[in-house]
Amino acid sequence: MTKSSFSNIQSEYLALIDHNKCVRCKRCIQNCGWGTYSFGGDKILADHSKCVACGRCYTYCPEGAISIVKNPTVLRENANWKEGLIKNIWRQSETGGIVISGMGTTFKYKKYFDHILLDACQVTNPSIDPLREPMELRTYLGKKPSKLDIDFDETGEPILKSKMPPQIELQTPFVFGAMSYGSISLNAQKAMALAARALGIVMNTGEGGLHDDLVPFGKNIIVQVASGRFGVHRDYLNSGVAVEIKIGQGAKPGIGGHLPGEKIGADISRTRMIPVGTDAISPAPHHDIYSIEDLRQLIYAVKEATDYEKPVSVKVAAVHNIAAIVSGIVRAGADIVYIDGYTGGTGAAPNIIKDHVGIPIELALAQVDERLREEGIRNEASIIAAGSIRSSADAVKAIALGADAVAIGTAALVVMGCHVCGKCNTGNCSWGITTQRPELVRRLDPEVYGERLYNLISAWSHEIQEVLGAMGVNSIESLRGSKERLRGVELTDAELNALGIKHAGL
Amino acid sequence: MFRIKNKFNAERDISGCGLCGIINAKKVKTNGGDIKRAISVEHDRGNGLGGGFAVYGNYPDYAELYAFHIMYDNLPAKADVEEYLKNNFIIEKEEPIPTFRTSKIYDHPYLHRYFIKPKSDRPDKLFHELGDDDFVVNSVMLINQNYDGAYVFSSGKNMGAFKGVGYPEDIADFYKLEEIEGYMWTAHNRFPTNTPGWWGGAHPFTLLDWSIVHNGEISSYGINKRYLEMYKYNLALRTDTEVITYILDLLIRKHKLPVRLALTVLASPFYQKIDKMDDDKKELFTALRQIYGSALLNGPFAIVFGYSNGMVAMNDRIKLRPLVAAAMGDFTYVASEEAAIRAVCPSPDIVWSPKAGEPVIVEFEEKNIPQKGGLISL
Repeated sequence: MTKSSFSNIQSEYLALIDHNKCVRCKRCIQNCGWGTYSFGGDKILADHSKCVACGRCYTYCPEGAISIVKNPTVLRENANWKEGLIKNIWRQSETGGIVISGMGTTFKYKKYFDHILLDACQVTNPSIDPLREPMELRTYLGKKPSKLDIDFDETGEPILKSKMPPQIELQTPFVFGAMSYGSISLNAQKAMALAARALGIVMNTGEGGLHDDLVPFGKNIIVQVASGRFGVHRDYLNSGVAVEIKIGQGAKPGIGGHLPGEKIGADISRTRMIPVGTDAISPAPHHDIYSIEDLRQLIYAVKEATDYEKPVSVKVAAVHNIAAIVSGIVRAGADIVYIDGYTGGTGAAPNIIKDHVGIPIELALAQVDERLREEGIRNEASIIAAGSIRSSADAVKAIALGADAVAIGTAALVVMGCHVCGKCNTGNCSWGITTQRPELVRRLDPEVYGERLYNLISAWSHEIQEVLGAMGVNSIESLRGSKERLRGVELTDAELNALGIKHAGL
Repeated sequence: MFRIKNKFNAERDISGCGLCGIINAKKVKTNGGDIKRAISVEHDRGNGLGGGFAVYGNYPDYAELYAFHIMYDNLPAKADVEEYLKNNFIIEKEEPIPTFRTSKIYDHPYLHRYFIKPKSDRPDKLFHELGDDDFVVNSVMLINQNYDGAYVFSSGKNMGAFKGVGYPEDIADFYKLEEIEGYMWTAHNRFPTNTPGWWGGAHPFTLLDWSIVHNGEISSYGINKRYLEMYKYNLALRTDTEVITYILDLLIRKHKLPVRLALTVLASPFYQKIDKMDDDKKELFTALRQIYGSALLNGPFAIVFGYSNGMVAMNDRIKLRPLVAAAMGDFTYVASEEAAIRAVCPSPDIVWSPKAGEPVIVEFEEKNIPQKGGLISL
């Protein structure tokens, strides 16, 4: 069949240049990872079809001569046949492929965090001023015994009888979500490692192994073991503060991963322990886990390999039956369960999965917490909630719904300049985040963005302290699982019930 | 119209309060006159919607039996509960609680008391291998939850709670407390803001020998409640006081923590303090917080609780509610206001203001007051 010479898909954005302002410095040509700009002899030319609105060019245009606008050419409006649907049909009819993109779903589902309101003290109990009083955010992740086991020393003073199971100490209840070297650049990982160390929190290697440059950050790193087992060896398992077994991801539950061979350069090859140029394929399931009892074996294999000195986390996507699944995971021996909601991000996933599979983290979290309490095993594992935590308010609400800590993925990338263009899968990220092209990676300065990440998490921590103070408590553990401090607005009885909260006014 | 159960459309009761406690370490008894006088000085800390007392050592003749004080809305409820008690307990004696109808307290529930012990052969008791205490706790929860119109407000041995809707001095007259003698007294004056006329909601709140009077609002109520529910406590009353009682029951009776350590859970030291402790202690207190973080009582409170071995008074970890203590010979007094203490003990040996989160513990047969911080000698 002859390939038709035209495409129905028109440019989504227009890169407009004000030639009166433009001084032809060509910075835009340099900065754009997509090849939108070229020099036409006397002026800059723009190929609109290549623009993804990643914002790099106008951010770095010294003259403010560039504006990116949505292509005003309309498709006939139709609430049923939406623009995206029509374009996908064109796209797929031209390529015959699955539509793939990066980041989380762009669908407009109900965001439950935005329908939850927080409580504050008035008169009957005093609020606490975080500027005057200690306000504790320190959080420990890991299995807690149900009761304190004590003995008495010769003077009759109580002492701890048995050692506590291993814990991850966080100075503030945030962790950076798992993003592998390969899906993001080494500089992006370094920025998170620097921030995590300065903040007293942890980052997560994702399934990409641990690059030599990150080894010194071990105290602030969770290493991941996923279905491809890339980069996993004994020292790797022991190089962080915890090991995470990744079963699923919110953006693509039930789906594996595929890092194309062209991204596997020498460095990634060494870190992942695979040959240069081979595709790195993470199978959908772990091929040694076909049931919960197999997970138990892997959890204990990891514990054996790490001498029971590191908590083992299990990461799952929030799916319909999540409460029972997490209960099983906890009983299988996980010390931490990381639950990723359906709006979570990804380096690449089929849109059909990203946009239609999984459930909201708010509902999953509420149900999991409730279930573990009903079964009397909530203390057996800590819960990390993820899946687009966009602000400290989301974090506070997640913690009140039952999370011990929240994970930040997309937000961390946004700090580094990400404009959530959703093209991570292409490897052309102009910001040097989701790319391995050296000229693009080089522009992401780990120290600069490490500091900005530090700033963001510090700012969010201060905001949480303000909220705690307003609620009249001075420790994060008094907020954790305290759904009584939450009220819903614009929610149905079924939704309130699933969240386990009351409607505002009640 | 009085009510004995919390049927208000409120997740929980909210109230401010005044409180008092008197203990004689050598178990010398006093009648209810002193405590009444003390708490009446704190008249303005309540609004006439709840007052109550707990006394220890008042039933020496029945010291080995559980003294159930039960309030009933109506006589059929009483018949139902008595049927249950007859089936499960040996009832040594039962009688109406003596009261004196005053102009201030004229509308009240049926108030009855029973001196009982669990039958040893009850199938559910045998099946669950419950000790007497556990069985009594289960029975109290069962009656309070399942028997409409009945509420057990006291269930300990050789102690009793006397409470109702009214100012505490009127409640004292109503129950004729000046005719009752005990070696430890606690009292409470209540200022509820959302549950008027609720007899069951008055303090003290008791379970077995525990009795608690409490001034404050636990801002962490939501998680404290869910934590206790994980251990199968039924929080029927929806009051902060109930939460405190059950947490102490869990920590001291079930988890066998020493009282002092259990109190550390309620008002745990800040990490900034824990981090400076020596290694063993740091490990212990860190573990304590890791394990019992959900049991931390966050928010303002001053509590006085009595138990068979003595009395404890303490504040929250940043002292957001008043609490004063004083000692005179073998007597120790605690109160929301120093004036209340001086009303019955005009010149005590020492008066001090206990520091935030540091408990005043007085146990019988011992004169010493372990906590000496913040002494104001007068």
